Amino acid sequence: MTNWKFRTRAIHIGNERDAQTGAVVPPIHVASTFVQPGAGEWGEFDYSRSGNPTRKNLEQTLASLEGGVGGLAFSSGMAAIHCVTMLFESGDHIVAGSDIYGGAYRLFHKIATRAGVAVSLAPSHDVGQLASAIQPNTKLLWLETPGNPLMSITDLAACAELAKRRGILLGVDNTFATPVLTRPLELGVDIVMHSATKYLAGHSDSLGGALIVRDQELLDRLYFIQNATGAVMSAWDAFLTSRGLKTLELRVREQCRTAERLAKFLAADHRVSRVLYPGLASHAGHAIAQRQMQGGFGAMLSFEVKGDYAKAKRVAESTRLFQLAVSLGAVESLIEQPASMSHASYDAQDRAAHGIVDGLIRLSVGLEAAEDLEQDLDQALSD
Amino acid sequence: MMHSHKRGRSPGSSLGSSTVAVHAGEARQKPGDAITDPIFCASTYTFTDTQTVIDYIEQDQPRQEYGRYGNPGERVVEQKLAALEGGEQALLYSSGMAAIVGLLMSKLSAGDEVVFFDECYHRSREFCSKHLARFGVVTHQVRTGDFAAMESAINARTKMLVSESPTNPHLSVIDLECFGALGKKHGVDTLIDATLATPYNIKPLEYGVDFVLHSATKYLGGHNDLLAGVIIGTNENMESVRNLRGVMGAINSPHNMYLLSRGLKTFELRMDRHNANGQAVAEFLEGHSRVEKVYYPGLPSHPQHAIAKQTMKGFGGLVTFLIKDADWRATADVVDAAKLARIAPSLGGVESLIEQPLVMSYYQCTAEERQRFGIPDNMIRMACGIENAADLIDDLQQALEAGQ
Ligand SMILES: Cc1ncc(COP(=O)(O)O)c(C=O)c1O
Ligand SMILES: Cc1ncc(COP(=O)(O)O)c(C=O)c1O
Repeated sequence: MTNWKFRTRAIHIGNERDAQTGAVVPPIHVASTFVQPGAGEWGEFDYSRSGNPTRKNLEQTLASLEGGVGGLAFSSGMAAIHCVTMLFESGDHIVAGSDIYGGAYRLFHKIATRAGVAVSLAPSHDVGQLASAIQPNTKLLWLETPGNPLMSITDLAACAELAKRRGILLGVDNTFATPVLTRPLELGVDIVMHSATKYLAGHSDSLGGALIVRDQELLDRLYFIQNATGAVMSAWDAFLTSRGLKTLELRVREQCRTAERLAKFLAADHRVSRVLYPGLASHAGHAIAQRQMQGGFGAMLSFEVKGDYAKAKRVAESTRLFQLAVSLGAVESLIEQPASMSHASYDAQDRAAHGIVDGLIRLSVGLEAAEDLEQDLDQALSD
Repeated sequence: MMHSHKRGRSPGSSLGSSTVAVHAGEARQKPGDAITDPIFCASTYTFTDTQTVIDYIEQDQPRQEYGRYGNPGERVVEQKLAALEGGEQALLYSSGMAAIVGLLMSKLSAGDEVVFFDECYHRSREFCSKHLARFGVVTHQVRTGDFAAMESAINARTKMLVSESPTNPHLSVIDLECFGALGKKHGVDTLIDATLATPYNIKPLEYGVDFVLHSATKYLGGHNDLLAGVIIGTNENMESVRNLRGVMGAINSPHNMYLLSRGLKTFELRMDRHNANGQAVAEFLEGHSRVEKVYYPGLPSHPQHAIAKQTMKGFGGLVTFLIKDADWRATADVVDAAKLARIAPSLGGVESLIEQPLVMSYYQCTAEERQRFGIPDNMIRMACGIENAADLIDDLQQALEAGQ
């Protein structure tokens, strides 16, 4: 069973036949509480915040796909990151890559700081600068790769070595790469985090987050925080996410193929000044991405349109298939302008310092036919 | 012959079929500006005043009235399925059987006759031969693929010709062009149950067939987690069928409709894998010394391989095979030894399933009946899911060795 391939595990691990009824798909356990064998005697499940069979099934699947000892499913990706920050206390310090989701930036700078946890940003792609940002009180290095929205690539194996050497935890938001392409725990990372809202569930119809780790003791500490603070994933969302995982590999590989084609199309287009996609040889992180991402470079890409802010806004607003919305990773293709949408919560000077310019447009490539999406971009650019 | 399958393009649409699967039937701007359609659980819909009720009835306005007559989420799925099939109108039911019953009950009356090819899902046969008879409808079964026999069974009272393609569990492939033409020649409606093919692999309407039916429980839903049935045909042909559904009430639930719509978004990807896995498993089995025979239209040894190759994009995930020199128990040992495929009826979901027709669908039949239906004791039906093909083959390999 453990030597089953990724796709087979995505379908079967955590989805064993229901012992009582034989159901091929495990039931959705909506119960908030569970009847106990006796006073002071506890069954496997007691109360759904502490544990729920449907959520547990999903956590097992995720642990198998990421190669961890266990996982925890949360009500959103932010709840998962928040749980990680609650490992720390006043006086501790976090180093984060600069190319991270706007919400993570906000959580670190506006919420973690309230508990006295300090944060520094350093360029995501530069292991040297990340190393220099580490202080004696640093407890966590937090990265996203590919980064958001610049698709910067961080060398995870090098960072794992750095974190180990400096005795700090390394957490990676693997939302963009998914375990189909990159399994950070195998590279020595301590905590993998997902916004399960994105590729894992994959259909724009569920909010969720996940943490997967390779150390039981760390899992126990995170579980303690999750249970004590309560941001757990609902059984219904756990079911939808499990269902989504069954087609994860098919979706991600197909979406990567289409994204690569669109990146090449845009790179060759005179109306576009710059394309950020790790699959292009011109991308600064291409060589590392080739090593770190297996069989695809992700389905997210950003590009800059020649012309002013108004032109970029017009392009983002005039696609017919791509829909104007934040979020990503689903079957529907989305388009957005990071400066005004996904990264609006960055301070203006941090946005400028990290290259999130107004003319930048970010695409989340869905499952539509590649030629339809290409035609759509072509007509939007001609507008 | 209209055997041109331009990969990925649906007829009547300039969009690729995966684009159709994701977007067809959905408004670009949805209620609440949401990216996905809401699930309307309402059993009934309100009118602002008496005049709106009267206007609705008199002008036949397109709005909701009561859940048994339709649901907004269901309309989305119906439009998606009609677009994928290249048909005008789709109508959903609570199960595939409810769809079959719904169509036959709306098209047939006492004194009418039906002719069908004899290989088929056993409950479809049961409904035609046992239950339609109670309403005075006469059913004729003829050898699958024998068009001369079908034609000679047609008379002035014949109202419908029925077949599956490929058939369950023998995977015989019907020449749809002949089938459609036969119906046209005699002015008789034709129905193809294309559950095993899906619109990804074949589109019977292109061949002049009047109605296509699917158990959407299978590949269309695709995750072994819902029951549904669908019929697709022209608006004109479907009107009486839709009206009768509103009377008989075999409507699906809004929650299922959402799951079905969600499943359709990965339909093309899943079918590609089902086709590839079915082909790989069939080829593996055909080369295995313990296997006497494999029924799979993608194998050159299949009697209708030529027509299948011409008309089908792929051959699906269902593979039926016979174990050499095995009685029912030795055959069951192979089934019992499978570790990845699970023992269960049904097909078309992401999880692989395996079963022995003798003990699953045909257990209550006499030996004589099983012989008539072509169900030998040593037959196994494997419904390949979308797991990794090498894992499926490894599992079958060990099961064939273990069950020896
Ligand atoms: C890379 C990344 N991490 C984390 C999040 C936050 O996840 P959620 O929206 O599920 O809270 C998002 C998206 O919103 C994201 O894109
Ligand atoms: C070919 C075929 N048609 C119809 C049906 C009936 O569909 P349902 O089980 O959804 O009622 C089935 C399966 O059960 C089938 O295999």
